[in-house]
Amino acid sequence: MATTTPTRGAHGSRSGRRAPKPDSPGRQAWRSRLWRFDDKASPYAYIAPFFLVFGAFGLYPLIYTGWIALHRVEMISLDQMDWVGWENFSRVLQDPEFWTAVANTFIIGVISTVPQLLVALGLAHLLNYKLRASTFWRTVILTPYATSVASAAIVFALVFRADGGLLNWFLDLVGLGGTNWAQGHWSSKIAIAVIVIWRWTGYNTLIYLAAMQAVPSDLYEAASIDGASRWQQFRNVTIPALRPTILFTIVISTIGSMQLFGEPLLLEGGTIGAQGGTEHQYETLSIYLYNYGWKLQHLGPAAAVAWAMLALLLLIAAINWLVGRSVRKTAA
Amino acid sequence: MTTTSPITVPDRRRVSKAAAPGQAPRRRRFAPGAGRQHHAGPFAYFALAVVGIGSLFPLYWTLVAASRTQDEVLDSPPPFLPGGNLFSNLRAAWEQAHLGKAILNTVIVAGSITVATLFFCTLAGYAFAKMRFKGRGALMTTVIATLTIPPQLSVVPLFMMMADIGWGGQLESVIFPTLVSAFGVFFMRQYLVEALPYELIEAAKVDGANNLRIVWSIVLPVARPAMMVLGMLTFVQAWNDFFWPYLALDQENPTLQVALGQLSASYVPDQSIVMAGALISTLPLLVVFVIFGKQIVGGIMSGAVKG
Repeated sequence: MATTTPTRGAHGSRSGRRAPKPDSPGRQAWRSRLWRFDDKASPYAYIAPFFLVFGAFGLYPLIYTGWIALHRVEMISLDQMDWVGWENFSRVLQDPEFWTAVANTFIIGVISTVPQLLVALGLAHLLNYKLRASTFWRTVILTPYATSVASAAIVFALVFRADGGLLNWFLDLVGLGGTNWAQGHWSSKIAIAVIVIWRWTGYNTLIYLAAMQAVPSDLYEAASIDGASRWQQFRNVTIPALRPTILFTIVISTIGSMQLFGEPLLLEGGTIGAQGGTEHQYETLSIYLYNYGWKLQHLGPAAAVAWAMLALLLLIAAINWLVGRSVRKTAA
Repeated sequence: MTTTSPITVPDRRRVSKAAAPGQAPRRRRFAPGAGRQHHAGPFAYFALAVVGIGSLFPLYWTLVAASRTQDEVLDSPPPFLPGGNLFSNLRAAWEQAHLGKAILNTVIVAGSITVATLFFCTLAGYAFAKMRFKGRGALMTTVIATLTIPPQLSVVPLFMMMADIGWGGQLESVIFPTLVSAFGVFFMRQYLVEALPYELIEAAKVDGANNLRIVWSIVLPVARPAMMVLGMLTFVQAWNDFFWPYLALDQENPTLQVALGQLSASYVPDQSIVMAGALISTLPLLVVFVIFGKQIVGGIMSGAVKG
């Protein structure tokens, strides 16, 4: 582990290959101090850019958001901040539309994350078999990851169109009848969840696959000797071994679903998209924030929404932690 | 859900046949090793093919719709083969959405973010992987914790700050907040922990190299494969970023995704032209993906798990 060589000062000369001229003792001491400074300061210098950028554009704005939330700030006069105290918060919290957005974000989050991770788990299991052209399958499944939110949302908007949409044509063909996808409360959320699932399932599949390949095979051998069936092996060996990875993907997907913005914005586009549907039926918290700050141009309430999102995230983190702990306890 | 795959692999008979007393005789098909040792059966290929078609079809449909007229796209039954309007749609999209400027902007943004991320993340990853300094553990935990902060939480003040320093609507406002990434630091650290032996650093020190010299002649060459992967992942992400650029950039100065968003949000958009725009924004990445798919797949698999 040790990275410092105590003898280095003595090796002083940089041109080590040529016969070194003996340095004067004073010069050597100075150089050795320089080396030590180099060793002490370098790591901090190397990590400094990250912390500087994060501090300036991540942490500082995050805290400053809380301060803005206590002021009236309008988009047209950004440098004018008037103290209003809790007014923005009470305005947002008393707005039924805000609670609609909270519920929508939560519902879309669940109906996109749960199927996505289950399918990813199954796909990873398939990819873990000896496959012909395994790289090909992995790449194909990951391809949607290379698509942007905007492109994906636009393509799926066309698929989910009520009039002349691909999906309705197909449903009609098999005799199920079409749906006005964007208008319905559930169907619009399902449509958005489908876009999310399409883009992210492959990514999660690869994460699970990597974790599966790290499971030592003697565990399976032992289970097999004990007479465990395939399903039992999957349940009692694979899943427990993957638990940290599953937790990781749940956390990442939860945070991701808190951020849903492009999918609802572009599902119908225009002003309808910017308010999350004619009845806000698919308005997410990000859309709500955007609507307040950039459409209605009131930045104070938008900042209050940001802090409400932070509170929700902390709540979810706490739940995650509690669940994780209880799962560990029952497993032990 | 997929564990019922009818896999019929000849039993390897590596396991002793003697069943424990009182146990039913073991059935042979449960050979050791769940997945890896077994060949996939037809069901697995069928399931993968279905998912694969589901993955690729929307992209193909983009091409079909981008090469037709709006009426044809919304027709019943819809067309399933590309038509002959691709170039006129591309031209229309180009003219309606500042696409030339948008492409240039996207290349500038994604390029500079990628270069900066690679440089800073490799340095920081090296420091966290191989150097000893006070507070290393706590600082690394901080880096990982920042992964969980969504950009939504800070866009309002960020927007005000950018207007304040004169970057409002400019590309700088998109580039600077993303010059480094926590994921990048983490990714490079994970790679260098294993790929860079201490002996190499020691030897360089004995030879009298200072730290910068070590970074330049040892760390960077060793890190190159991981930097390739991180570079591609960063580029894809920067190219596709939507939320903050959509809020931060002017209509006349958009990135591709912003231009695409505006095009589709415009009043009564022509769908086939919008799809032509989507095709332009997606195609470069698909090319990258076809060429480097293997590395990107490997990168995601190596980056995510070892944490």
